[in-house]
This record gives sequence, structure tokens and C-alpha cells, in this order.
Amino acid sequence: MFEITTLHYLVLAAALFVLGVIGVLTRRNVVIILMSIELILNAVNLNLVAFSRMWGNLHGQLFAIFIVVDAAAEAAVGLGILIAFFRNKETVNVDEIDLLKW
Amino acid sequence: MNPGMYSALNSAVTAANGGMAPVATPWFFYALAALAVVSGVLVITRRNAVHSALALIVTLLSVAGLYLMLYAPFVAGVQIIVYAGGIMVLFLFVIMLVNIDRSSKDRRFNRIWPVGLTAACALMALFVSAIMKGQSVLNDPTTGKPRWPDPLHLPESMNTQQIANALYGEAGKMGQYTFAFEIASLLLLVAILGAVIMTKKKI
Repeated sequence: MFEITTLHYLVLAAALFVLGVIGVLTRRNVVIILMSIELILNAVNLNLVAFSRMWGNLHGQLFAIFIVVDAAAEAAVGLGILIAFFRNKETVNVDEIDLLKW
Repeated sequence: MNPGMYSALNSAVTAANGGMAPVATPWFFYALAALAVVSGVLVITRRNAVHSALALIVTLLSVAGLYLMLYAPFVAGVQIIVYAGGIMVLFLFVIMLVNIDRSSKDRRFNRIWPVGLTAACALMALFVSAIMKGQSVLNDPTTGKPRWPDPLHLPESMNTQQIANALYGEAGKMGQYTFAFEIASLLLLVAILGAVIMTKKKI
């Protein structure tokens, strides 16, 4: 039986990362863009944990934990900005967010 | 668990398996990977943001299953508790607050989506070429086979206790990541304050 190694996890993480990038670049809804960013962060975490397993040490897992902390902070701030914006403009579509455009 | 007990357990497990590693079958990996990718596609294509959030929860849970396959039980637990339990609830709350009926009838994709898709395809091509060209880095130079330690020979450190030692320090000394841990708590505090201040009506 062929074995699952780092390479398999790298391919899966690359697929998830690209899905997240597609979501960020093509969707209009800000909430879904933030969710795509979570997808990207998960792809990175998967890589880190796979490398941690590959080298037989824990540093990758610790980095993954710190990235989860970062994701929580980013989601809180991003959604806060979104709510503040929705209160002013009554929209959650990125292409209608053009206050700084001239 | 003291080292003697651990090695005794290891040799018992080795004996019971005839020296074979008690890993989950590759089909587990393929099933979880397929689930993650399919629900990832659903996340970025559903019209309704609530459906996207539910699909994202499925992705997060299947990634947690993959962490278990990688012998990272603590990260898997953090993934389920913090991501699926905490962050996604926050997302769902905001969707409920913000999702007006109008947005479900809108166009899903922005006007320049072909450009975005092309850029993402270019990124995919970059990843593919990097993985194809750099594969040999993953191999053990002495054997030429992929570096992938047998789970029974993973250092004893692959467990929650060692993560705690690295994060909180052991025997009264700071661990390698204690300072980073404190900084992370500061970051969370700043994020909480920022989120509260931004969502307040009048400051």
C-alpha cells in the first residue's frame, strides 16, 4: 500500500489555498471574503502540521496554534469593520465600498 | 507518563502489530481531503452566506481530522474548539446581523472575476511547478525515500504536554515560545478592544 506522505498534504493545502484565493478575488460579499481568508489560513496550518510530522518535532504545531490566534484576531477586527461599514452604507458588497476612491 | 512506561507501551504496540505502524489507512486521507476540497468549493460558490459558513465548518472539521492523522491531537482540538466553535459562531452572528434579503439576490461575483480567476490559476500553476520541481527536498538524502518517520519512532514529544512546556515553560523556566505566547495574548486584547470600539455607535 502506498503511503500518505508530506507531498499529499502539500497538494491538498495548495488546492485549499487556491480555493481561498479564488474566493477572495471573485466574490462580492465581504463575509465570504473573510471566510475565504480563513480557508487560506487553514491551508497554511495544514502545511505546517504536515512538516511538523515530517521532521518529528513540534515547532510546526506551535506555529499552527499561533496562526489560529491570529485568525481569531483577524476575524474579530474584520467583522468589526464590516459592521461599522454596514451601519453607514447598508451594503456588504466590496465593489460598493468606494469611499476612498476619487 | 514516564519514559520507561512509554517505551514499554511502544514495544507492546509494536509486538501487537507485528512491527507495523498502526496508522489509519490512506483512504481516510483521501476521504477527508475530498470532503475538505468539495466543501471548500461550496464555500466560495454558494449564494447564501449561511450556506457558505456551514460548508466552511465542514472544511474545518475535515482539516481537524487530517491533524489527527498527522498525530497532532492538540492542534485538532484547538481547530474544533476555536475555529469551528468560536470563530464560525462569530461569523454566523455577523451574517445574521448583516445579511439583508437584498444581498441574496445580488450577483455573486464581482465584475472583474475573470481576472481574479486567471490570477488564481497562475498561482496554482506556480504551486504545481514548485511541488514538481522541489519534491526531492522532501526525501531523506540517505535513503532517497520521502522523509516520514514511523509513528512509533516519533519522538515522545509529539503530545500535548510538550506543547504546554514549549508555550508555558517548564520547571520554572520560560519555554521557547513563552514570550511569543504573551505577545499573542496582547494581540488578542488589542483585537478585542479594536472590534468593540469599531462597532460602537458613538465613541
